[in-house]
Amino acid sequence: MYGKGIAKGLWVTFRHFVNTYLDDIRYAGRKYLRQDNFEIRQGLKAQGAFTVQYPDEKLAVPERFRFIPFLVVEDPDHPERPNHDWCTSCGICAKVCPPQCIWIVRGSDPATGRPIPEPEAFYIDIDICMNCGYCAEFCPFDAIKMDHDYELASYDRTRHHIHDKQRLSKPLSYWKQIAPTTALEEAIERGGWEHPDIIKVMKKAGKEPVQPTAENMFAKPAALTATVPEPPAAEAAADADPAKAERLRKREEALAGKRAAEGGEAPAAAAPPAASAAPAAESKPAETLAPGGKPKFDKQAMLAKIRERKAK
Amino acid sequence: MTDYPIVEATDIPAAITALKQHYPDAVKEDTRQGYSGVVVDRKRLVEIAKFIRDDLGFDYLSSATAVDYYGIADEMEMVYHAYRTAGGPALVFKAQTPRDNPEIPSLVEIWPGADFQEREAWDLYGIRFPGHPNLKRILLWEGFHGHPMRKDWHEAYYEQDHKPFDSRWPAGHVRRAEELNVYGKNVRYPADIDLSKLSDRSEEALYSDLGLGVSIQELEGDASLKTDRLVVNMGPHHPSTHGVFRMIITLNGETIESLEPVMGYLHRNHEKIGERNTFLHNMPFTDRLDYISSMSNNLGYALAVEQLLAKGARYQPPTYRAEVIRVLMVELTRIVNHYWAIGFLLNDLGAFFTPALYAIAEREKILDFFEATAGSRMMCNYMRFGGVFKDIPERIRSVANLVNDRVRDFNTMEYLTELINERIPRSIDELDEFLTESEIVKSRSIGVGYLPPEMAIAYSAAGPLLRASGVPYDVRRAEPYSIYPELDFDIAVRTHGDIYDRYLIRLDEMRESVRILKQILPRLERTRGEPIFAGSKQHTPRVPLGEAYGRVENPKGELGFYIVSAGDEKGPQNPWRYHVRAPSFINLTALGQMCIGHKVADVVAILGSIDIVLGETDR
Ligand code: SF4
Ligand code: SF4
Repeated sequence: MYGKGIAKGLWVTFRHFVNTYLDDIRYAGRKYLRQDNFEIRQGLKAQGAFTVQYPDEKLAVPERFRFIPFLVVEDPDHPERPNHDWCTSCGICAKVCPPQCIWIVRGSDPATGRPIPEPEAFYIDIDICMNCGYCAEFCPFDAIKMDHDYELASYDRTRHHIHDKQRLSKPLSYWKQIAPTTALEEAIERGGWEHPDIIKVMKKAGKEPVQPTAENMFAKPAALTATVPEPPAAEAAADADPAKAERLRKREEALAGKRAAEGGEAPAAAAPPAASAAPAAESKPAETLAPGGKPKFDKQAMLAKIRERKAK
Repeated sequence: MTDYPIVEATDIPAAITALKQHYPDAVKEDTRQGYSGVVVDRKRLVEIAKFIRDDLGFDYLSSATAVDYYGIADEMEMVYHAYRTAGGPALVFKAQTPRDNPEIPSLVEIWPGADFQEREAWDLYGIRFPGHPNLKRILLWEGFHGHPMRKDWHEAYYEQDHKPFDSRWPAGHVRRAEELNVYGKNVRYPADIDLSKLSDRSEEALYSDLGLGVSIQELEGDASLKTDRLVVNMGPHHPSTHGVFRMIITLNGETIESLEPVMGYLHRNHEKIGERNTFLHNMPFTDRLDYISSMSNNLGYALAVEQLLAKGARYQPPTYRAEVIRVLMVELTRIVNHYWAIGFLLNDLGAFFTPALYAIAEREKILDFFEATAGSRMMCNYMRFGGVFKDIPERIRSVANLVNDRVRDFNTMEYLTELINERIPRSIDELDEFLTESEIVKSRSIGVGYLPPEMAIAYSAAGPLLRASGVPYDVRRAEPYSIYPELDFDIAVRTHGDIYDRYLIRLDEMRESVRILKQILPRLERTRGEPIFAGSKQHTPRVPLGEAYGRVENPKGELGFYIVSAGDEKGPQNPWRYHVRAPSFINLTALGQMCIGHKVADVVAILGSIDIVLGETDR
């Protein structure tokens, strides 16, 4: 019979039409009340239409979603180096970037001109970035990650689309939030929640980093090089607390040692046992404290140490 | 296991021996390190090509492309890959020509499928092809200065021959791209072009240049003529052209007398970019070719580079797990692509958006999986040399980040199982029920756009277009790659070669893909937790010298990558030649032939049935 095929097709459309409303009725008013309703309607059991009313509701993106990279920095409440860059300006991301939209100025010691593992400036032209994710994939320090924030529209392309270091930097806890599974996997691979360099330093100092788990993900990192438990009173005391300063100093020592080693010195010379170094450097703690008395990662102090060590 | 013809690899040496016997002084073996095939004397190319086609049986010219050996040898080279439609590896033959006056005889009369590819070589390399019926630029316009793929041609924003650029690190001084590419100063014109004339040419001049204009005087004398001839420009801005694409149609009344596709509106010289890039850099660029099926583009490129890497000592092939995941991805991609193709074919037939939206809704579910695995829905950038980016995640889980974000969380394996076993087969059946029997679809498509099998082969048509004409040629069987040999599936073939069969064959292929995917699922379970890389993932592999042609059966047809690794001072980190054999581009060669005698409304449907994507056509 001519027209049977059309009628059959129309029956399919009719089914779709009815199903849309059936689903609406089935989940009437409950769409926003229970999480699983949304999941069902956006999953494989969905019938009929499943339009999401952007921007009143948005489909959250999966963890591996990649959009414009950001730079990982320590959390602002990190005990020893708040807001410190994870990036060591090794340049790998700039090399693997297909459209070459990453510009890095490697940090250098103003006195000796030697490179130091810290970017002086870092730019990404987000108009050119093709969101390929290579920078994040190949960064050996997990210092650059792909963001999830895709709402970047702006009025002025010329001024707002080259992101500088400040604009790019986001704390580590942000990364843990948007990609908990990936962040955990990476931390397990690194062997701790801390920066790979710090983990090395800790291991050298004989301290095992905390094994990363989903539970301790947002725990504040313990003071790194502390080997003796402190009385709680000391903890609560003024920021210029000697014990804390001592810890900081030791860590600085170790870090500086490590950096010097990277600069080409024999590792043995670079990492003197903390105990022997301690008495000689009794006066140092003050240096590492910012005027406000807050422990702060002090680049000048660190550089001074490197130079001192080089001179030896 | 299905039976399929495998022509033994020993065939190629035998063919080469036969060639050398017949043409002892015109054929030499290509002895450069890492190269294969023969170099033939260009003066006798046509004759030898005819022998290759008729006597040796290599009836299918897959790819014809040029390479510029500037700085290595003062020569340019055309490289041809010919296959037997019965299956088996390629016979590679090359013809060389001096750089300063490059000229190679045209092979269009032997393989009409060389038509667009030779025009492309003229356009991008400036090689002339005496004997070509219509040798003019194809991707660029007439007012373009020079031939950009030549190694000594530099783009306006040229910085350095190879990436990574030195200006990025360690002293990176950020600069906006426009500073290098100043508006108004970034274009050069050939000396003999008069710009003032370009802007106000009359319609008549425009069409007489194209060789399609009709002189009224001529027609006046013809008493039998009842209708007017008319040249119609369809596109470039037309909703039915699937992008920015133009067809110049000469009509006699309403009947099409000739049709010429005009393309290049989306041209960005993908291949030049690819030769500046490192090998790894090219991977995300391949996503942008056929952006509907980026996963299989990735695979094609990975296979080509892996062929080269395999010539080196330290290469480790992908693990079994990686291969399983690769096949999972590309078969899902095939389904995605065919949903899209069928949906939009129906749009072209006038069924506006109902079928298209039903199809896209299903596609969405697959893209959700891609997004959770590769990080992006369409620009997947998922394959790596020797593996894949990352294993599939345990859970397809989203995380709320922005205001009003609504999250979802599924177990990946459960999701895939339900998708493959339930949802996709159901929706294919539904599309079938919805459209196949429809009298409107049938009357618009049966017998329209007929392409006979001999012509399909001659025109180098590939994919569903070729198989709907009755030629059972599928790279997955003809020259198997990955784990296809151990999978049980049939090559879908239809015999009528019209739009309707091209629609049906896509349904068939989707069902075959589901069949493959059902075999992939237990393999995924079995290999769970196994590594996806045999060695470690490298970002700058040193690629051994030589050439490679990697090809895959993309949803739209055979996608090939011809890659040469040569003479790079720093060690070959960058491809010397990076060529894409784009199925959408070459399938268009036959469009004109298919349309003759039909009506304008049919052109839209015929074009839709080829299923092109302009990202790949224009490159
Ligand atoms: S790869 Fe990582 S550590 Fe190296 S420069 Fe880039 S962001 Fe910094
Ligand atoms: S995502 Fe890709 S394109 Fe963007 S900055 Fe990173 S490497 Fe470059």
